[in-house]
Amino acid sequence: MTSSAPAVRSPQLAVRARAVAGRAAAILVLAVGAVWLAVNLFHAPTQFFQSAVYGLRNGVLYALIALGYTLVYGIIELINFAHGDLFMLGTLFSAFTLTGLGLTVSSPKGWLGFVLVLVLAMIFCASINVTIEFLAYRRLRRAPKLAPLITAVGMSFILQFVGLRWNGSTPRLWPSVLPAGHFQIGGVNIDYNILVVITVTAGLLALMTWIVTSTRTGKAMRATAQDQDAARLMGINVNRIISFTFAMGGALAGAAGILYQQTVGTTRYNAGFQLGLIAFTAAVLGGIGNLAGAVLGGVLIGVIQGLNDGLPYAFGQEWSQSVVFAILIMLMVFKPTGLLGQNIGEKV
Amino acid sequence: MSFAEPLPRESKPRGRMRRRLRFTWPLFFAALAIGAFIFYYVLTLGYLDPAVNDFVQQWFPLVSINEALVWVMAALGLNIVVGYAGLLDLGFVAFWAIGGYVAGWLMSGFFDKAHVNVLGNPAPFIVGGIHINFWLVVIAGAAVCAFFGVLIGAPTLRLRSDYLALVTLGFGEIIPQVFHNGDDVGGLNISNGTKGISPIDPVKSLSISQQGVTFKSLGPFDHLSRYLIFVVLTILIVFMSLRLREGRLGRAWLAIREDELAASAMGVPLMRTKLAAYGIGAVAGGVAGVAFAAHVSGVLPDRFQFSISITLLAMVVLGGMGNVWGVMLGALVLAWFNSTGLPQLGDTFNSTFGTSINFPSYSFLFFGGTLVLMMLFRREGFLPESRTRLVLREPERTDMEALGSDIEEQAPELDGMRIGGKSGDDEGARL
Repeated sequence: MTSSAPAVRSPQLAVRARAVAGRAAAILVLAVGAVWLAVNLFHAPTQFFQSAVYGLRNGVLYALIALGYTLVYGIIELINFAHGDLFMLGTLFSAFTLTGLGLTVSSPKGWLGFVLVLVLAMIFCASINVTIEFLAYRRLRRAPKLAPLITAVGMSFILQFVGLRWNGSTPRLWPSVLPAGHFQIGGVNIDYNILVVITVTAGLLALMTWIVTSTRTGKAMRATAQDQDAARLMGINVNRIISFTFAMGGALAGAAGILYQQTVGTTRYNAGFQLGLIAFTAAVLGGIGNLAGAVLGGVLIGVIQGLNDGLPYAFGQEWSQSVVFAILIMLMVFKPTGLLGQNIGEKV
Repeated sequence: MSFAEPLPRESKPRGRMRRRLRFTWPLFFAALAIGAFIFYYVLTLGYLDPAVNDFVQQWFPLVSINEALVWVMAALGLNIVVGYAGLLDLGFVAFWAIGGYVAGWLMSGFFDKAHVNVLGNPAPFIVGGIHINFWLVVIAGAAVCAFFGVLIGAPTLRLRSDYLALVTLGFGEIIPQVFHNGDDVGGLNISNGTKGISPIDPVKSLSISQQGVTFKSLGPFDHLSRYLIFVVLTILIVFMSLRLREGRLGRAWLAIREDELAASAMGVPLMRTKLAAYGIGAVAGGVAGVAFAAHVSGVLPDRFQFSISITLLAMVVLGGMGNVWGVMLGALVLAWFNSTGLPQLGDTFNSTFGTSINFPSYSFLFFGGTLVLMMLFRREGFLPESRTRLVLREPERTDMEALGSDIEEQAPELDGMRIGGKSGDDEGARL
């Protein structure tokens, strides 16, 4: 082989040209998005903020679910496809428990019941998640990556089956125990239950951040995520830490479940699949494995979806899924590490 | 995967015995196809006892066998992507949908402004529209799907496996939604929305009935003729899969599946090879789409759901990833079980034990459970390719090594080769 100078240089040039073109395309996409937002804001400011508020409520729920994905991915690099369905079981559990306790109207007793069932739903989902990990994923930790992924898909189907049996194949409507009504700021209606959602989520996030950053268990989690072998050498019980991570993810899914059921008011056996997918997109958008990223991604996705559903110049609700996935695909093309994710190098 | 220890050598039969083994499965399937044809031919002519006829109509109706063949085609396409090249695709239903809509556009009166007829066979009472011969539509569907396969693959194949799965899943959700909302895309009706496109032109072919064999357009009950057509299409796809597997491209796929880094170091062009896997897999998906449209004589957008992608994956996994015969067997069994077996078994169970359990509602549990149990206990499928068996049943690592979850870390020899590989503090920033 004769190596001539241009033959060596041209691939580099091509690579650089591709990088420049990629960046230009990304800027173009962002610019189009900004123009779209500006036009809508100018045209219908009230509607804009109203949609954004509803989007924010969904986004906060997405953030809670996304945290479960990102926690599990951060520690064992598994996309837990069953997580969305776990959330769905959380909605069913809270709906049936609240109604079973006879709490159907908004009253101080109902609010107390809400807090109680919130805790129960978190425990419920956490224990299911830990059980799944113990029965299925733990045995596959040394297997090629495809194996746990397919197992997770299978688990998702099993949980959907449980949901189908529990809820029935048609959506169900449930009463809410949260205070109804809304107040207005500059013509924008803000429901009281949105405030509840945001308060509960903020509290949980603070608790979780505290656990991960300031406790011994959190330190062990970070160590396990970094290097399981070394963590075990340091005396960390890796299996227990992984179980604990699954429990935390499950608890957040349970909390998201009751909040969703109380604000949206319906339960469907296949709700978990779609919401889980959107939440996972959110986790990827923020940079998977990054906790703050998952929250940011969830809120962003929620707001974008809310704007798309509610604005006059938008694709509209029937394209909601497509918009979310289009964002995901564009993100994968332009910035596979996500917004806050560090570049951990492409592992081959 | 470790380079240090050679994979355990499997004791393989040599010489004549080996050659015979090589032909076992093709002969088995050929005998199955021909036997089924002769059996149903005799059945159509009405020579058999009515009791036999009833039994067959209940347990093995030809409709469900035709449908199973469509599943076989699609599963073989997915096998090229997942089994050969090791790229997890969770949105394969997209190609099925695209193939179906190509058939819908090119073989119906949907575009009533157009008057095109290329060897076509318009259904009676249909004025206008595009009517193109079925076999040409098969080629067109395959070509369009190959194009979309490359289009979907191009931006995403750089990603790591689990991200790739997610992005393909996204495409698998977007494309059916496009067809679902396609009755008003900027005022244009491109897919008739939820109503779908129906009817689709009947195929003109040999028709086998009690009146003898004639050449005419097939009616809704000419299942035996459609069976022949589907068998021909399946054979084409099987042939394509087998020949590609033996060739340079196939070996490149296997190399990528087993170790991407080593493959690229050996000069395998990663992008091109992966794109080829996507494109060719999509071809089979497109053929299946066209065949399914001809099978049910129409396309409906709501049929193309995520569960189809998963069912296809279950077929590939159950049969044995990478092995054409295993995938065929898995697809036939699962498709039959899904369409006929489960309801029939349920009915038999209910009438025997006097229960009233709705068995088809258990299909979620059945499919999920199958995937999980297979992954836990027989990861390589029932009829694995010998190479897959070796890779998936890797020699057990020592206790210390086994603690690490990622396999990449298990090859210390590679550390020097990795350029800018991950270092500890990079990862420390996560979580």
